[in-house]
Amino acid sequence: MITQEDNSRISRKEALSLFKNADLLGLGMWADMARKGLHPEEICTFVVDRNINYTNVCINKCTFCAFWRDADDADAYLLDRETIFGKIEEAIAMGGTQILLQGGLHPNLDISFYVDLLRSVKERFDINVHGFSPPEICYIADASDLTIRETLSILKSAGLDSIPGGGAEILSDRVREVLSPKKIKSSRWLEVMEAAHRLGMRTTATMMFGSIETPEDIITHLDAIRQLQDRTGGFTAFIPWTFQPGNTELEETGRVERTKGRTARTSKLRVQSPATAVEYLRVLAISRIYLDNVDNIQASWVTQGLKTAQVALRFGANDFGSTMIEENVVAAAGVSYAVSTNDIIGAIRTAGFVPAQRDTHYNLLRFF
Amino acid sequence: MLTAIREKVLAGKRISDEDAMYLFASDDIFTLGALASHVAYRKNGRKAFFIRNRHVNPTNICVNRCKFCAFSRSQGQEGAFELTIDDIIGKLGKGQATKAKGMGKSRSPRSVHVSPHGFSEVHIVGGLHPDWPFEHYRNMLSAIRKRFPKLHIKAFTAVEIDYFSRISGRSLEDVLRALKQSGLGSMPGGGAEIFREEIRNRLCPEKIPGERWLEVMETAHRVGIRTNATMLYGHVEDLADRVDHLSRLRRLQDRTKGFQAFIPLAYHPKNTEIEGSYTSGIDDLKTMAVSRIFLDNFDHVKAYWIMLGEKISQLALLFGADDIDGTIIEEKITHSAGGLSGEKLTAGQLVNLIQKAGKVAVERDSFYKTVRVYP
Repeated sequence: MITQEDNSRISRKEALSLFKNADLLGLGMWADMARKGLHPEEICTFVVDRNINYTNVCINKCTFCAFWRDADDADAYLLDRETIFGKIEEAIAMGGTQILLQGGLHPNLDISFYVDLLRSVKERFDINVHGFSPPEICYIADASDLTIRETLSILKSAGLDSIPGGGAEILSDRVREVLSPKKIKSSRWLEVMEAAHRLGMRTTATMMFGSIETPEDIITHLDAIRQLQDRTGGFTAFIPWTFQPGNTELEETGRVERTKGRTARTSKLRVQSPATAVEYLRVLAISRIYLDNVDNIQASWVTQGLKTAQVALRFGANDFGSTMIEENVVAAAGVSYAVSTNDIIGAIRTAGFVPAQRDTHYNLLRFF
Repeated sequence: MLTAIREKVLAGKRISDEDAMYLFASDDIFTLGALASHVAYRKNGRKAFFIRNRHVNPTNICVNRCKFCAFSRSQGQEGAFELTIDDIIGKLGKGQATKAKGMGKSRSPRSVHVSPHGFSEVHIVGGLHPDWPFEHYRNMLSAIRKRFPKLHIKAFTAVEIDYFSRISGRSLEDVLRALKQSGLGSMPGGGAEIFREEIRNRLCPEKIPGERWLEVMETAHRVGIRTNATMLYGHVEDLADRVDHLSRLRRLQDRTKGFQAFIPLAYHPKNTEIEGSYTSGIDDLKTMAVSRIFLDNFDHVKAYWIMLGEKISQLALLFGADDIDGTIIEEKITHSAGGLSGEKLTAGQLVNLIQKAGKVAVERDSFYKTVRVYP
C-alpha cells in the first residue's frame, strides 16, 4: 500500500514507481487527500471564457494537431478585428471574464500585429486576455528579432495579462522530436514561462499525454514544472489532457489531405487508441501528488466528458477549467461535447461539490 | 460502521439493507471501490468479460407510455417503426454472413462482406405492440433459429412476457415454455426500473408492478431460462428505493439462482417526460460498487457501456463490475434519450478498455463460458 514516510515531497523515483505500480484507487485516495489539504472547502471552480483562435495558419504542422492549415489552403483563416470584437462582446454578455487568445504560427505576422490587437481589445473591453502560448511567444520574438523577455514585456504593456500553458505537450525532447519536431524545445517552453513569471505574469501549465510517451517522460514533465514553480511560483494551475487522435497525422489512418509534408518518420507515429479513463485518472492523480507547489489541477471535461470530469474531482482535480464558449482545436480532432455553463454547474453540484465561478487568478467571483 | 461493513465483506458475509444504505450515503468511494473489487475478485478473479452481440428492436410502438422513455411511439405517430421478420433476418445477416476478422479460420480474405462485427448473441427487446399476436413472436424466434442455428437468442423483458401472457390468454409458464421451444435462449433484465410502487406510479403507471416482474423472472428461472436483472436509477427514486430494489432481487436469487448478471442502468434525461439530469460519474461508480457488494449471490455485475459511456464503464471495472457488455452494433433506446456513447464498439476496443483497466479480457458466450482469453 501507499504510505508517505514523512511530510517531505516525493522524489522522482518514488513518483515513477507509484505511477507505474500503484493501484488506481490507492493513487486516487492519496490525490484526494492532497487536494483536500489544499482545498478543504469542497468548492470546484470554473472560469467563463471564450477561446478565440485568431488564425489556423501555422508553420509548425505538429503531427498530433488537426487544426493547422497552410496559408494558401482553402479553409485557412485570419480573423479580422470586428470578428474578434464581436466574439468578445458575446463572451462578456455570457458572463465571461477572460478570453483565451491563441492561434497558429502565422508566417506573415510580426509583433506590431499583436500589439495593435491587444491595445484595440483593451481599449474597448474590460476583460482578462489570457493569450499566446510559449510557441507563439517564441515565434513572435523570432519574427521581430527580439528576446523573449523583450517580447513578453512589450505584449504585457500592450495588454496581455496572463499566458496559457499550451504547447508544453510532453517536456521531453525525445518525444517532441517525434510529435512536434518544429515546435520549440522543452527548455524554450520553460524559459518563456520563467520570463513571464519574472515579469509578474501568471501562467498555467499543460501536459498532453497518451501519444508515444513513456511513464518516465511523464514524470520528467512533472518534475520540470515542479522545479520551475519552486523558483517562481508563477503557475496558477496544471492541466493534463489526453491526445485526441481524430484527423491527425498521428492517427492510424491519416487523411490524405492532412499528410502534406509527411516524412518517413510519421510511420512510427501511429497511435492505436486514445488514452482511456483509467490512464487519465492515473496521470491526474500523480500530478496532484507530485505537484505539491501548484495550487490548482484542472479536470479536462473537453477531452474526457462531464462524467469522467466529475470522477476526476475525487482523483485530484479542483477546477473544471473553462466553459469554452468556443473550442475550435479539439473540435477539429473530432471530440465535441456540447456543454453549457449550466451543464458545468450541474455536473459540479451532482458530483458533491459547490460550483463557483472564478477569474483567471482563481479569485472566487460567484457561487451557484 | 464502515469498519464493521468492511469486516463483513472481507469475511464473505452478507451485508444488510442498512449497511447498503450506509454505503450509498458514504462519500468514501475508494473504500467502496476496494470492497467491491474484493468481491469481484472472489467471484471472477481478474477476468472482465465482453461478448460479440447485436441489438435488434422489432418495434418502438408501445401501448405503455413510461415517462422516462424516449424510445416508444404510438401507432401512426411520427417516428414509429415496425420491423418485419425478414427485416430482422436481414439485419442479423449483415454481421453473420462472414466470420469476424481475426476470429478464426476464414479462408477467404477476399470475402466481400468482411465485417469486424461477427456476433454470437442477438438481444431483442421492443415495445408492446397493440396488434401483433403472440404467434408472431414465436415465428420471429423460429425464423431466426432456422436461419442462424448457432446464434444465441436473448430476448424479451419480463414486461413483454407478461404482455404475451395477456394477449394470448396463456399462463406465464406456458408462454415461457412456448418461447423456449421456439428458440429463446435466455432473457435480458429490462423493465425492472425501480420496484417500489410509489416510484413506479410516477415513472411508469401502466407498466407491470414490481411483484409481477419478479414473478415472471421466477417463472422463467423455474422453466430453465436464465435471465439478467436491472435497476434504472437516477430519476425520482431515493437511496432507500434502490436498496429495496436490490434486496428484492437478492431474495429472489436466493430462491432460484436464475439470474446471471445484475446491470445498473443510469437514467438519461433527454426527450423524456420527467427530464431531470444525467447521473454523476461518481454516483454511477458508487451504485456499481454497492450493487456488487450487496448482491453476493449474483455471479456477475455488468457495466453497460451504452448507458454509462465507455469511460465510466471502464472505471466501473475497478468498482466491482466484471462485464462490459458487447459490440451492440445498433442501439436505439438509450440514444433516444440522449445517449452519451456511440452505438458500437469493436471487440478490439472492448479488449483495450478492459486491458488498460488492468483486467484480463475474456470474450464470453451467453452463459459466461469462455470463448477466448486475450492475454
